[in-house]
Amino acid sequence: MVTLTINGEQVTVSEGTTIMEAAKKAYINISHLCYLEELEPYGACRVCVVEVEGENRLIPSCIREVREGMVVYTHSLRVRRARRMIIELLLANHPADCFTCERNQICELLKLAYELGVEEVKFDGEKPSFGLDETSPSIIRDPNKCILCGRCIRVCHDVQTVRVIGFVNRGSETVVATVLDNGLGNVECTNCGQCIHACPVGAIKEKSCVDEVWASLADPEKHVVVQEAPAIRAALGEEFGLPEGTLVAGKMHSALKRLGFDAVFDTNFTADLTIMEEGSELVKKIKEGGVLPLITSCSPGWIKFMEHFYPDLMDNVSTCKSPQQMFGPLAKTYYAEKAGVDAAKIVSVSVMPCTAKKFEALRPEMRDSGYQDVDYVLTTRELARMIKEAGIDFAGLPDEMAEPLMGMYTGAGTIFGATGGVMEAALRTAYKLVTGKELEDIDIKPVRGMDGVKAATVNVNGLEVKVAVAHGLGNARKLLDEVRAGTSPYHFIEIMTCPGGCVGGGGQPISFDMALRGTRGGVLYNEDKALPYRKSHENPSVKKIYEDYLEKPLGKKSHHLLHTKYTKRERI
Amino acid sequence: MEKILLKDIDRPNLNDIGIYIDGGGYKALEKALKMNPQKVIEEVKNSRLVGRGGAAFPTGLKWEFTRKEKNEPKFLICNADEGEPGTFKDRVLLKNNPHLLIESMIIGGYTIGANKGFIYIRGEYFEEIKRLNEAIEQARTEGYLGENILNSNFSFDLEVYCGAGAYVCGEETTLFESLEGKRGCSRERPPFPTQSGYMNKPTAINNVETLCNLPAIINNGAEWYSKIGSPNSPGTKLFCISGQINRPGVYELPMGITLRELIENYGGGAKGEFKAALPGGVSSNLLTDLDVKLDYKSVADAGSMLGSGAVIVINSEMSIVDVARNCLEFFTHESCGQCTPCREGTRRANEILGRFVEGKGRTEDIDFLLELGEVMYDASRCGLGQAAMNAATSAVNLFRDEFTQQVKNKEG
Repeated sequence: MVTLTINGEQVTVSEGTTIMEAAKKAYINISHLCYLEELEPYGACRVCVVEVEGENRLIPSCIREVREGMVVYTHSLRVRRARRMIIELLLANHPADCFTCERNQICELLKLAYELGVEEVKFDGEKPSFGLDETSPSIIRDPNKCILCGRCIRVCHDVQTVRVIGFVNRGSETVVATVLDNGLGNVECTNCGQCIHACPVGAIKEKSCVDEVWASLADPEKHVVVQEAPAIRAALGEEFGLPEGTLVAGKMHSALKRLGFDAVFDTNFTADLTIMEEGSELVKKIKEGGVLPLITSCSPGWIKFMEHFYPDLMDNVSTCKSPQQMFGPLAKTYYAEKAGVDAAKIVSVSVMPCTAKKFEALRPEMRDSGYQDVDYVLTTRELARMIKEAGIDFAGLPDEMAEPLMGMYTGAGTIFGATGGVMEAALRTAYKLVTGKELEDIDIKPVRGMDGVKAATVNVNGLEVKVAVAHGLGNARKLLDEVRAGTSPYHFIEIMTCPGGCVGGGGQPISFDMALRGTRGGVLYNEDKALPYRKSHENPSVKKIYEDYLEKPLGKKSHHLLHTKYTKRERI
Repeated sequence: MEKILLKDIDRPNLNDIGIYIDGGGYKALEKALKMNPQKVIEEVKNSRLVGRGGAAFPTGLKWEFTRKEKNEPKFLICNADEGEPGTFKDRVLLKNNPHLLIESMIIGGYTIGANKGFIYIRGEYFEEIKRLNEAIEQARTEGYLGENILNSNFSFDLEVYCGAGAYVCGEETTLFESLEGKRGCSRERPPFPTQSGYMNKPTAINNVETLCNLPAIINNGAEWYSKIGSPNSPGTKLFCISGQINRPGVYELPMGITLRELIENYGGGAKGEFKAALPGGVSSNLLTDLDVKLDYKSVADAGSMLGSGAVIVINSEMSIVDVARNCLEFFTHESCGQCTPCREGTRRANEILGRFVEGKGRTEDIDFLLELGEVMYDASRCGLGQAAMNAATSAVNLFRDEFTQQVKNKEG
């Protein structure tokens, strides 16, 4: 242990602790900008500098480790002067368009400028005039707003190991860019959007389709249907001041009806359907000696990652479309038939915690209804803005249900939104498919929680089925490299692109706090527990769709509408 | 006056190993290889040799720290990325006496326990790179580099690595990044290079001139060396004189010579009337006192730094505002862009100074420049940003009138 003095207060912390962490023990949260708890400290913005006795210069507290007897001052005149000037320097050429900025109200730079007492910017820097990177169907980068904190780069490199953005040029000409300035849409970007969560300002955001959805809702010729992913209900409330960890499934359905959607369904329904198809695929592969391990395919960021980096594992990946893309063609076929609506008039909207879903909806394979299956993908944030724009009192809304036809769901469907959830849901059903009996203890706890890689073994009729779960693409690599090397012991692997699973998706309310993602996951596990049905094969609407329309899992119609294929993509 | 570094510099074909050996070359290596490495460290410590790249850190201590580290392997790196305006001293050694450096590096490698050394050289030094590579090949052929050097059981090899044109890569931690193939941005210190340098392994990094003192110290002993030059900092120094001077060039002179002696006795006097000098290149504070002794301590006491010994002379015809602006233009261009105070501070200071140059300065900006300089010194990550404002702030402090004259006339 190391004892030091911070602002006159003695603090004892373990060796290797940074000054910033130690300061929390003295009830001081040191201002910072390039520091983000989950990432390697970078020490470049210099906002977190502190005064240390015996040092000639100020010391970045995010990166400097404590030592015995250190005497630290965290808000001396000298420290405060430096911090203020650093913010002034950042503001000197920052576009002053806070009114229209995506991060209005939640911008870290704006917050710091206020907190640090910056009342005047004494520099007159020219405002930059970079073009936007709009090459991606999911993400827009605005280099003009970028403050070069490197958080997006660290997420992309260290957490996701995708490495498509980096610093380019030198000095004040430094920018964050893709290789050869190709743009995010033309590199190996998986569209995961974790860079959006990492960004402290408005330099990265989703490509919005809010206006297109408003236009569809206003068009009397259109029949606008909507589906919402499991993770939305675990986070949407945060946008309206509800406590973190509040389940808002009912308010969400209620708000969507009030926005004017003609039919409010739920992606959880197709999550259950995915389990029927994917569970059957797993059982078939195990019984018939197919390529194992089977790897889940719900997460479109992971799919594109696989197509670029692990195309050799394509045969391991389930052919099942994601729940969003199972919903898409069914809305324009099954629902159109049932409701007697012309499929050409249906506008299919999805609300996703995800930016990669915007890309997924545009994949050429995703037109099995004869139309683009999903027309518009809104993120959780975009939906929140629509609800705000409409003036809907979200917190006060009554709970309402989605339409049962494609909106009834089980606990297995809802836990899709948390890391390990697909695995758990699949095992509940696969057990039944193999043994004809129900799994007794359906809470498969080893695959829950925020550990990067999780594994479990389930005895199915004497066969020890080995499963593993990874979330975050850096963690995924660990499992994938084993598969590639032929040393993977698993039958079934779940991979989610984003840390925490979909509850931490790139379209969720802005946060890179892993504890919050864990809390959101907990919301879904609680909902699961409280639902009348907890296994996908028990879902009455799922039974009905097989009886009325699809016939059976892996059947001809399922194969046509619910399964897909992948494409090897080049590395740049 | 006795020369150490440039003693043989005029001998024809000195870059040929045969000529170098004929003049006593590689004798120090033979001697050192028979000494205990700890004894070599003692000798270097007792010589009180300090780094000539600018930071003036005691060389013996740096080697001792590196040797004591448990982590393996260790590396010795020669910083030959000479790129600051007004600095052209290492080039003379690299070009004309490459074996002196090679011999020094083998001694250094033996002393710290490294089997691999790199010479990180400024990419534009084309002829020097060619000659170094030729000399290294000769040394390999003659058995001074490679396995079991001179039957000592010590193995060492050298590699020349060319910089790609960024001044900041001469900053040691940035140099490691560059040498590892990464973007040229500095690292946070601690850890220090002796603990975690190239490839995060213990690394001693020394300037060309520093290293080239080694053979003479080994051959003649620490006591001999420590009596040369100033009691504050022993030895000789390669001074690069440039600017408004009649005979610009590189001069090897004992530490502690005065600025006046250097300019008048060696540089042929200032062109026109002497006004000020930057004693340690564009990162140093301006000096106006000609009687300052040019050794590390005396120059520091006078409020500046000797740095690498790049003395830039400024005469009375030159506007000090122009000088300050010129320095900031350089640093704005060369900042790596990583930390805010340097990346943004250099360009804003450059803009402010630009206004003064054009006669459009603002009164309040004069003191604001000083404040900006203090914050950049306080908060920048590496030496580049910490020292970038030295010339400008000393210009304000010494010649405030010149700035006041460039303030925009309100009626104008």
